[in-house]
Amino acid sequence: MGDGEAATRLENAEVGRIFREESGRSLAALIRTFGDIDVAEDAVQEAFAVALGRWPREGVPPNPGGWITTTARNHAIDRLRRESRGRELLSEVAVLTPGRDDPGEPDVGPVQDDRLRLIFTCCHPALSTQAQVALTLRLLGGLSTEQVARSFLVTEATMARRLVRAKHKIKAARIPYRVPEAHELPDRLRPVLAVVYLVYNAGLTGSAEPDLCAEAIRLARILAALMPDEPEVAGLLALLLLTESRRASRTGADGSLVVLGEQDRTRWDRGLISEGQAILRWCLRRNQPGAYQLQAAINAVHADAATVEQTDWPQIVALYDQLLGVAPTPVVALNRAIAIGELQGPAVALALVDELDLDNYHLFHATRADLLRRLGRHREATAAYQRAAAMAPTDAERAFLRRGGRASR
Amino acid sequence: MTHYLLSVHSVEGEAREPMTDEERAQSHKQLGVLEQEMKSTGAWVFSGRLHDPATATVVRMAGGEVVTTDGPFVESKEHLGGFYIIQAEDLDGALGWASRVTDAIRVPIEVRPFAGFEA
Repeated sequence: MGDGEAATRLENAEVGRIFREESGRSLAALIRTFGDIDVAEDAVQEAFAVALGRWPREGVPPNPGGWITTTARNHAIDRLRRESRGRELLSEVAVLTPGRDDPGEPDVGPVQDDRLRLIFTCCHPALSTQAQVALTLRLLGGLSTEQVARSFLVTEATMARRLVRAKHKIKAARIPYRVPEAHELPDRLRPVLAVVYLVYNAGLTGSAEPDLCAEAIRLARILAALMPDEPEVAGLLALLLLTESRRASRTGADGSLVVLGEQDRTRWDRGLISEGQAILRWCLRRNQPGAYQLQAAINAVHADAATVEQTDWPQIVALYDQLLGVAPTPVVALNRAIAIGELQGPAVALALVDELDLDNYHLFHATRADLLRRLGRHREATAAYQRAAAMAPTDAERAFLRRGGRASR
Repeated sequence: MTHYLLSVHSVEGEAREPMTDEERAQSHKQLGVLEQEMKSTGAWVFSGRLHDPATATVVRMAGGEVVTTDGPFVESKEHLGGFYIIQAEDLDGALGWASRVTDAIRVPIEVRPFAGFEA
């Protein structure tokens, strides 16, 4: 293989990256124009093929997003003209969106961004959570079906079926392509934020490629830019940035999980931390706390402590109390109990933990194991570690739990 | 405009949340107002309430002949108790009506689009 060939291959990867960054916006614009997801997807795919042939030779155009939209739109119109059903669709498009063919159409402001319409369609409550996540990654994130499938450990065929089914429902049931009105927004925003958070967590525990954590942060940044007045959107972005600041120190040299108290805090990314904290200060001024903002605030308190001993545990407990108020789930109660344990000792924490109905959650047993060990109840601790390890979803966590958690304390 | 079927599903033997006479009267009134509004806004196409499944009869072709049998097509605990056919701009519009029906009668409503009915 010659050097020239390698250079071209590198260029192809670069074309793919730029294309993926820009394609969500183009796809969203085309769905609005043609009112059909499949037509838009095919057209953007064709534009990608053209880009692969042209960009490595001629260079990336000055406005790649605009280029993709125009190229894809022209392809879609050409193709539709060739098909009779397409001609009908085209005449409808002409009626519905006069003047939309102008490629130089200026941006009409953030609220009008088609990507916002697209994410609310992808995360419509009439679709299953699985379908919401798959559609968001495929359509807005520009991931291939194969990449989406790999992220969720299903075969490409299964994922393809899931996507086809979801798109069919959008079309047949006419799930609208619009940003919900202000009074619907709180309800409709919830699944959107949940999908982005789910994508991030899948990245945190899953395989490295594609980097779903980076993808989730990219989506959260888009949402925060498009909905600048929503504190929970900002809160989610802050939460992801603060969690991301610790990602590198979560994994030890042997690939096993390193828990918060044992992480090398000098490896935390200060740039991400200060960005997350600045967003949180803005949230505080808005004074409309919500679950994501509170979780971000808890992470911000951890980020402020140079050592685990210097952690402001009373502040963390106070934040968990507030979080339990807005999100009264047993998992929140478990984390609150752990924080209380840091203040009042493992016996108090264990009493709180044992009241929770979380027998099927591996971190419930991991928490019990840690508390029992600290209380010197080693036999029970060992049994709890074993139960936790048997349930742990990832190798990293299993390795950590098999080791019996922390070596010393 | 798309046509949607809003179907009211009941589970046999599973009594609805018992309603007091007052609540039942309130429910009827709410439903009356709702149906009036469906009609005045042009959303209403057709609606009906069905007798219980024991009153159903099935006809089918068997060996080139029509055979008539007693009983519902599927023996199941869940059955269709009634329905609305409405037209709406999109699913959100249909879900809006369905939400108000379920709020009035406290029974789950399934919303399904008709195929090839787009006007």
